[in-house]
Amino acid sequence: MSILQMKGIVKAFSGVPALRGVDFEVKAGEVHALLGANGAGKSTLMKILTGAYQTDEGSISIDGEQLQIHSPQDAKAQGVQCVYQEVDTALIPYLSVAENILLDQLVQAKGTDLIRWPRIYSQAEDILREFGFSISVKKQVEACTLSEKQLILIARATVQKAKFVIFDEPTAPLSNRECERLFQIIAQLKQAGVGIIYISHRLPEIFQICDRITIMRDGQRVHTTETAATDMDEVISHMLGKSFAEEFPKVDVEMGEPLLEVAGVKGGKVRGADLTVREGEIVGVVGLVGAGKTELARLLFGADPSDAGDIVLKGKKLHLRTPKDAVDAGIVLVPEERRKEGIFVEESVKRNLSVATLSSAFGFVRHSLEALQANDLIKRVGVKTADSSLLVGLLSGGNQQKVAIGKWLDTDSSIFMFDEPTKGVDIGAKSDIYRLIGNLAANKKGVLYFSCEFAEVLGIADRILVMCEGRIVKELDREQATQELIMYYASGGE
Amino acid sequence: MEGQKTSLFDWVYKYGTVAVIALVVLYFSLTNPYFFTYDNLKDILRSISIVTFVAIGVTFSLIVGGFDLSVGSTVSLTTVTAASMMVWYEQGPFLTLVVPIVLSLLVGLVNAFLVVKIRIPDLLATLAMLYIVNGVHMTYSKGYSIYANMPMQDGTTAPGKFQEWFLWLGQGEWFSVPVPVILTFLLVAITHVYLTYTKQGRMLYMTGGNLEAARLSGIPVNRYRTLAYVLSALFAGLGGMLLAARIGTGQVSSGSSMLMDAVAAAFVGFSVFGVGKPNVFGTFVGAILIGVLLNGMTMLNLPYYAYDIIKGVVLALALAVTYYQVRRKRKA
Repeated sequence: MSILQMKGIVKAFSGVPALRGVDFEVKAGEVHALLGANGAGKSTLMKILTGAYQTDEGSISIDGEQLQIHSPQDAKAQGVQCVYQEVDTALIPYLSVAENILLDQLVQAKGTDLIRWPRIYSQAEDILREFGFSISVKKQVEACTLSEKQLILIARATVQKAKFVIFDEPTAPLSNRECERLFQIIAQLKQAGVGIIYISHRLPEIFQICDRITIMRDGQRVHTTETAATDMDEVISHMLGKSFAEEFPKVDVEMGEPLLEVAGVKGGKVRGADLTVREGEIVGVVGLVGAGKTELARLLFGADPSDAGDIVLKGKKLHLRTPKDAVDAGIVLVPEERRKEGIFVEESVKRNLSVATLSSAFGFVRHSLEALQANDLIKRVGVKTADSSLLVGLLSGGNQQKVAIGKWLDTDSSIFMFDEPTKGVDIGAKSDIYRLIGNLAANKKGVLYFSCEFAEVLGIADRILVMCEGRIVKELDREQATQELIMYYASGGE
Repeated sequence: MEGQKTSLFDWVYKYGTVAVIALVVLYFSLTNPYFFTYDNLKDILRSISIVTFVAIGVTFSLIVGGFDLSVGSTVSLTTVTAASMMVWYEQGPFLTLVVPIVLSLLVGLVNAFLVVKIRIPDLLATLAMLYIVNGVHMTYSKGYSIYANMPMQDGTTAPGKFQEWFLWLGQGEWFSVPVPVILTFLLVAITHVYLTYTKQGRMLYMTGGNLEAARLSGIPVNRYRTLAYVLSALFAGLGGMLLAARIGTGQVSSGSSMLMDAVAAAFVGFSVFGVGKPNVFGTFVGAILIGVLLNGMTMLNLPYYAYDIIKGVVLALALAVTYYQVRRKRKA
């Protein structure tokens, strides 16, 4: 029986450690779950195994034999395959199912350049039949459903005589029925002696199909156990850890009238959201990555079109077709992708800060007012910059974020939305950002705070809405909420 | 060592274009006594005035992060229509000016519709428009250039002729400065002030700097992109009318060579004085560079068919400098 072992894996990105000596193993015929909160290091570890990254230290071996994995080709040659979450990046949409299943062979074929179509089709059909699946192998992949595409990737992996297969969040896009079918396939692979590494945020299914569980946190392995020997609560407490010492100052503010009332908003990934924000209230919206938080924020900002639902601000129903409509009505958003969506890296701090409120006389920019306003904002949000004419692209991540927030402060808006505002921000800037948000609430603004950092939301929010798969599934008061409870609902607990 | 290298590049980046112009002027002045005379310098400025109009249009499309390939065809279109208003239909100033201007605004609106609404990539949409507009102007003129007393299809001669006031726009002088040169200076000054000192100008730059961030900052980005394409076509159209006034005929396909010159001028302009963005003043300097080169080559009796080689090299160099700088900034 073969066994894949990773020992003492260390990896750092430009000095920041992502993995600090991780051990991990998976045996043939075993389904081994790899769990951890966002940023725990699961994907980095798997990318090292599949050859996408090189490890700084540590070794990988199969049955005690050292492997040198320098590229994805090396990993495949050793029988390590990965079924990625984003199936579309691994498939070629305008080729047939058969061509996609046999892609690696077609690419690597030596000798003749001729493609023998009958053989390819029959080979692909045989593989699909093994899984009890009936897709036409001549169908274009473009026309396939998500679960069919996933199956094609699994089929491709088995063609390669895969000994170990990684499933990265395979059930995220699937319906319940499709999930069941996937679990059957995994059972078949297991029976055939394939070792499976299974990554998922959904704890119930982990307990349904996995033999062992390994939990990671902050780039380290914290626990490995037989599934039968543990339960959800224990797994969650290992994922979160107890050593969270960060202090978030929480300002108590008296709450006023409801400002924003949202009912039945739908669109894209968001499958229905109701919420209310009152004057002076900070409402935290939490969920795992992919739960639909960013999408909800964009719907409320008019950045994406919504299919249904009412957005009412101060008793007035809004029709948001563009972000401009939202800004005019008094709703602003500090978006998640700072460099792409929040700031203009090639422009000065001053111009970034004035973009939403630039004052003009007869169409001409009032430069002296602009400079005054910029210097005032720089002081209020605490941007560390020598001069307001410096390019924003040259500032640190935290200071860039302060600029992205600062541009909204003088707009006299009533609802401020923040999407993962502390992502990639240092500790000092983080507490500045919390202070800014606290001040907004103290000035009777309503705040919607979207984040996947539970501890952060617990610290700052008056009320917490938990999102899972595009819906708001639970509302928790500040007093009753705990990380464990949030994690429970965010990972699909009822 | 590294520091020295960097600062040398920075110097070349900022002042290279101006230095090249100075060197070229110096070289031609030394080799040809006629080159550095008032008459010749006047000639150079007059010759680049039309290209400058077109290039400023291109600059507007570049500022919002787009591109307009159809400007050359728009030049041809307004050249021919302005001429036909006078020569074929004996119209006065009103229609002679309004019809070509309306047509060029229309071209701009269609460009904006294709790029902003339908979301065709700018290069491809305006490439299609390049052919459509070119075809329209050929069909309209039936492939013939338009001049006074030209034979008409029914055997008669054309009733009208180019009018004095119109020719004055292209050929006249005011205190011994050519009128088109004055118009060019005016346009450069107005558009420079507009882009640098007005709120709309600022928003055009913000839109081009980061479209998504601009949209999420509440800027009506589609309106500004539309405005840029309309202005691009408008300036090309005005350039075409000036061209008709200068040569005194409505030459078919006269604008096709303008596209290349205008694009080259706009890209040369990126780096002038280290602005690093499309800008009107830089574009003007770029147009001067090209004008000086062409004038000098003419004096050296280089064959005209070799000019495209020089122009192409200038564009390639300007692009190389611009994109090298972009890469360097990314790394920093």
